[in-house]
Amino acid sequence: MPTVYVNDKPVEIGTAKLNCVQAAELAGAFLPHYCWHEALSVVASCRMCLVEMGDLKDGKVTMQPKVLPGCQTPVKDGTVIVTGDYDKRDRALPVLPYDPAYTKTAPLGARAKKAQADTLEGLLINHPLDCPVCDKAGECKLQDFSYKYGRSESRMVDLKNTPANKPGLSSKITLFTDRCIMCTRCVRFTREISGTAELQVVGRGHHEEIDTFPGRPLENKLAGNVVDLCPVGALGSKDFLYKQRVWYLKTTDGVCNGCSTGCSTYVDTNKDIVYRLRARYNPKAQGHFMCDDGRYGYHHANSGERFVRPVVKTEGRFKPVPWSVLLPQLKLDFQTAANQNAMSTVAVLSPFLTVEEAFLLGSYFKSLSPHIRLVLGPVPVIGADDKYPKNVKGESIEPVKFTIRAEKAPNRVGVEEVLKALQGEVIPFAKVTGEALAALWFAGGYPNPAHLDALVPPAWKTPALLVAQDLLPTVVTASAKYILPATTGFEKDGTFVNHAGYAQTFGRSARPPVEVRSELQLAYDLLDRKGLAQAANVRKELAAKVAYFS
Amino acid sequence: MPIAETDVAWVEETKLGLWEQLYIPALIDGLKTTIGHMFGRKVTEQYPEQEPKLPANYRGVHRLNRDEAGRVRCVACYMCATACPAHCIDIVAAPAPLDWQKDGREKYPETFVIDELRCIYCGMCEEACPVDAIELTTLYDLTGLSREQMVFDKEKLLSVFDTTTKAGTDPVRTSGGRLGPASEAPK
Repeated sequence: MPTVYVNDKPVEIGTAKLNCVQAAELAGAFLPHYCWHEALSVVASCRMCLVEMGDLKDGKVTMQPKVLPGCQTPVKDGTVIVTGDYDKRDRALPVLPYDPAYTKTAPLGARAKKAQADTLEGLLINHPLDCPVCDKAGECKLQDFSYKYGRSESRMVDLKNTPANKPGLSSKITLFTDRCIMCTRCVRFTREISGTAELQVVGRGHHEEIDTFPGRPLENKLAGNVVDLCPVGALGSKDFLYKQRVWYLKTTDGVCNGCSTGCSTYVDTNKDIVYRLRARYNPKAQGHFMCDDGRYGYHHANSGERFVRPVVKTEGRFKPVPWSVLLPQLKLDFQTAANQNAMSTVAVLSPFLTVEEAFLLGSYFKSLSPHIRLVLGPVPVIGADDKYPKNVKGESIEPVKFTIRAEKAPNRVGVEEVLKALQGEVIPFAKVTGEALAALWFAGGYPNPAHLDALVPPAWKTPALLVAQDLLPTVVTASAKYILPATTGFEKDGTFVNHAGYAQTFGRSARPPVEVRSELQLAYDLLDRKGLAQAANVRKELAAKVAYFS
Repeated sequence: MPIAETDVAWVEETKLGLWEQLYIPALIDGLKTTIGHMFGRKVTEQYPEQEPKLPANYRGVHRLNRDEAGRVRCVACYMCATACPAHCIDIVAAPAPLDWQKDGREKYPETFVIDELRCIYCGMCEEACPVDAIELTTLYDLTGLSREQMVFDKEKLLSVFDTTTKAGTDPVRTSGGRLGPASEAPK
């Protein structure tokens, strides 16, 4: 088995093709880097990952005379890596037989350490050090590495370069040119992942700048990723600019509900307000990145138009009603409807519900009468799948690295599986719109009401008893008797199943408005279950009952 | 961590003798101090007729300093709000107006509110500020008729700056750089 030694620690790499940064990570040692990114090509321009390297052959380690960039140097059997943190190594391990001529001139790790400190000094030469007003402060790699590997003082005596900011770089992204350290991650992203190649490096030497071609701003559906990729505060999201300092934010793992790709996300919240979404690396879902539709698609959660309490239509007007009055009324109404006319009583479960919610709500209606039909809510499909990278004509080229799905719902597959388990078939919403129904429960949760409005036919006959649960006003809520507030994908925990059948469980990142009951809690209350809804318990129940989820 | 047994010294109360039990010597001792003060230097301050002279580092009401152009010096970095142990500072940041951006001002506080009732006057905000924008003045007699009056907004805090500098009670003590010494050009 090929073995690599990182700070004397042997680590087996198997058949994987790794560079020093990855090999060091396997060995539990961190090699600082700016320009290297797993998904992008290697340029070795930042020089932050400089290491001392050697070869273990015939019981002797021959070291390279110079430090080498770890990201650009592949490892093989017998490669010896000495990082700047060599003095923090595990001293219980036996020391390799290093060449005494090498260790005589400088102790092991000292060369790499000095190289890293010098690199940082070079990167900071023109950096404005405006951390107090920089949005990246607190999660900035330049701050972190300067603190850990750099010097505390600058020896720079000349005036710094102060290139002008470029707020016109993109409608959603601004460039603080002076903060840039020229790692070119953003340039490589637009060339290799989005393929749109808007960004480029102009100028030479210390006057290099990131820029766009005049009249060709950075506008593509993946552009927001360059802000995540930027290791410093040079590229800033206009959506998040100066909204919060990052140390106030609480980060939770979430799943994007924008389309059926189901990108893994980090949801950054403060005091139950969502401020930012970032992509979370998940090779099973989407990889490293996420699209701008999802990234900036959290605003519905903070919308002022959201339903925040249940209302009932009396004398043509909606009036607030407390849950304590509403719940017995709802139960009575649906019990009566089920007893009188179960065949024309329908419950719509939207593809924005989690599988737990769909299962529990579905179980409630099936418990009233097995003849009540469960219907899959309208599934918005907008255009065709949008595949990246694209070529200059805007056509997608192989190999596809990122897909924005046309199906703008996160959990169609999951809800369909629940429906199949509960009633053996999936009835699409379009099938019941033509019927004159006695009672309809519409569990919605559509973040974009326009998507739903487009799918409800204008000639839709409003049932006598219509309970609509949704986030924002739609054509369905307009004709409802009861409107129940829904929770957003950030305000509940549960499971979404993406287009490929990959189930992702996520946690709640923000609390819903005070008078909002989550769909799962509502299902608990309708089923007369005691206590607070626990998604994990429902998940166990679901796994036991439905083979697909076991 | 519990205190180690070896670090504990037990002290017994001293037994009083007959002389001490009379309490007369202690009484005389006390009266000596009282009578001594009658003839000594007068230390009573005639407040409110006479205003006290306070040292410059007295921690009274906050002010927001102005820069040379009369604009609020604050860059809305939230350092004071982060350092504040009482959570009494609330800032809403925004991109600076365009003509400010010519001078390199990128961010400014759209609103800056200090709840003077919640504040514990510890001075951590002043300590944390990288641009010396927030300072505690020697104004100590802070009164208000309602809680709302004691919540100071940006205009009020700037007016404290105007009054205290005009009155000369609190001259501008510090003159930090645009974003602290590290961001300044070498002299």
